[in-house]
Amino acid sequence: MSIFVWKDPALNTPLAEALSVVLLALVLACAVIRPFGWSEAVVAVPAAALVIVTGAVSLDDALAEAEQLGPVVGFLAAVLVLAQLCDDDGLFRACGAWMARTSAGRPRRLLTQVFLAASAITAALSLDATVVLLTPVVFATAARLGVRPKPHVYACTHLSNTASLLLPVSNLTNLLAFTVSGLTFTRFAALMALPWVAAIAVEYVVFRRFFATDLDAGTQAPPATETPELPLFALLTVGGTLAGFALSSVVGVDPAWAAFAGALVLAVRALLRRRTTPRALLRSASVPFLAFVLSLGIVVRAVVDNGLDTALGHVIPAGTSLPVLLGLAALAALLANLINNLPAVLVLLPLTAPSGPGAVLAVLLGVNIGPNLTYAGSLATLLWRRIVHAHEAEVELKEFTRLGLYAVPASLGAAVLALWGSLTVIGGG
Amino acid sequence: MAVVVWIVEGTWPACVDAARAHTPADTEIVLLHVTPAEVPGAAHGAFAGLLGRGHPERDPGTRLENLAAASAEQLLRSAADRLGRPSTAVERNGRVEREVVAATAGADLLVLARDGDRTHLGPRSLGPAARFVVDHAPCPVLLVWPEPSPGLATMPPPR
Repeated sequence: MSIFVWKDPALNTPLAEALSVVLLALVLACAVIRPFGWSEAVVAVPAAALVIVTGAVSLDDALAEAEQLGPVVGFLAAVLVLAQLCDDDGLFRACGAWMARTSAGRPRRLLTQVFLAASAITAALSLDATVVLLTPVVFATAARLGVRPKPHVYACTHLSNTASLLLPVSNLTNLLAFTVSGLTFTRFAALMALPWVAAIAVEYVVFRRFFATDLDAGTQAPPATETPELPLFALLTVGGTLAGFALSSVVGVDPAWAAFAGALVLAVRALLRRRTTPRALLRSASVPFLAFVLSLGIVVRAVVDNGLDTALGHVIPAGTSLPVLLGLAALAALLANLINNLPAVLVLLPLTAPSGPGAVLAVLLGVNIGPNLTYAGSLATLLWRRIVHAHEAEVELKEFTRLGLYAVPASLGAAVLALWGSLTVIGGG
Repeated sequence: MAVVVWIVEGTWPACVDAARAHTPADTEIVLLHVTPAEVPGAAHGAFAGLLGRGHPERDPGTRLENLAAASAEQLLRSAADRLGRPSTAVERNGRVEREVVAATAGADLLVLARDGDRTHLGPRSLGPAARFVVDHAPCPVLLVWPEPSPGLATMPPPR
């Protein structure tokens, strides 16, 4: 590959590859375990510096990677802030009240409402919002109604992955793929709309059957009567931001600006009303996490360039026919389960980008839906469970994995089929 | 004589009513609720799956644990009110069916509700948790329908 020509010959390739792989493992392990309560950036940033200093990745390549990831990271920060400010404004509380009211005390209706809410919130405000902000609200709603909470909480964890297919902002993996795919925001959404609906529909059917017993139990609590004020301003700002995303592709501006504008509007209002502080805003932007993503990108680049590209190049099918798309999605899902979907997508993107947007989107289906297979994400999570939660009672793994075994192959298959249909009708552009 | 009443969301009132109807007024009654560990566990796991998102204080699993404790307390209070007799509330965490069996050690009776398909008499009126408990309980078991039982006509024909 041509990039080899540009590399500083300070380290020979096998040695550079070994060093990069060790550093990547270290970065990932420390992000999961957080030794001494360290921030995820504490190990990642020096690791990135080390691959540059040793020449495992050239300074030019590292800069190119940073240049590509920088806007992605900024975009992500804006969305994280936007979601946090929506929560401060009571959007998620209002969502809980809406679910309680409209479910009329019927567990099956509540599951439908949870699916609708989690799908919309994941798509518009990213999976972080669903996991961190919506899940507790859903649990509280179920508890208040006297409904068994398990199906509804599991729905949140599954949909935070499955429903994160629709927009580039829905998942960090999407943002990474979006920048290399060359698609516009609207085209991305148009191509992913059908796979998004298909995957969620399959999950819904699986949940209704899998949790039939829990959903059969009635409720005793009287339907909640409290109706918190709808945070109209926050809702309109999110709507305006989404419209801004669509408009950005027409005008040809980076959609990140729409996210910045949305976050800025809510931030200024919250600051004026003294509902937040600059410190809290900075915290919700998760600066160490952003540094972590940048550093992880550079370390992965070193791993890919020093040999993984040629090794995986033989395994990765080219083209966008249905069998190829299925193969790519399956490979991506496998990798996402082996490590975590973030490094998986960083590894696979440069290798599939030459095949065009269809291949990139198939990888996304795999890395986004795949994590539902192993307990909440990956073997990295298992490591976390062993070390961080070793003192706690062993969590029931069997049921979660069984649910994943039903849901993941079916929803992934349906999504790939839908993507193939979308590509045929709309075209990869 | 000690009677353990297994309180589960959605089906508990029938158990409380049965305990009152079928035991003498001076019976020692234990109201037992088990919070499944896998519910906060799923939220913990989903948060850990968000690689590198830091801030352990934002872990939704911890918030779920607190919410679960509060809601269990509320549920047990409602059950005690409905019972209208002196009783002891016991809250446990873990694998539900195993915790229930463990809590019946030394008890004279366990009252529980059917938790499966209750549209007809059998064959699946017990869900996995109730089936396990009925199978493993070291004491006599009083198994009740959470709502009026379906008529005899709903029984599946013999094969």
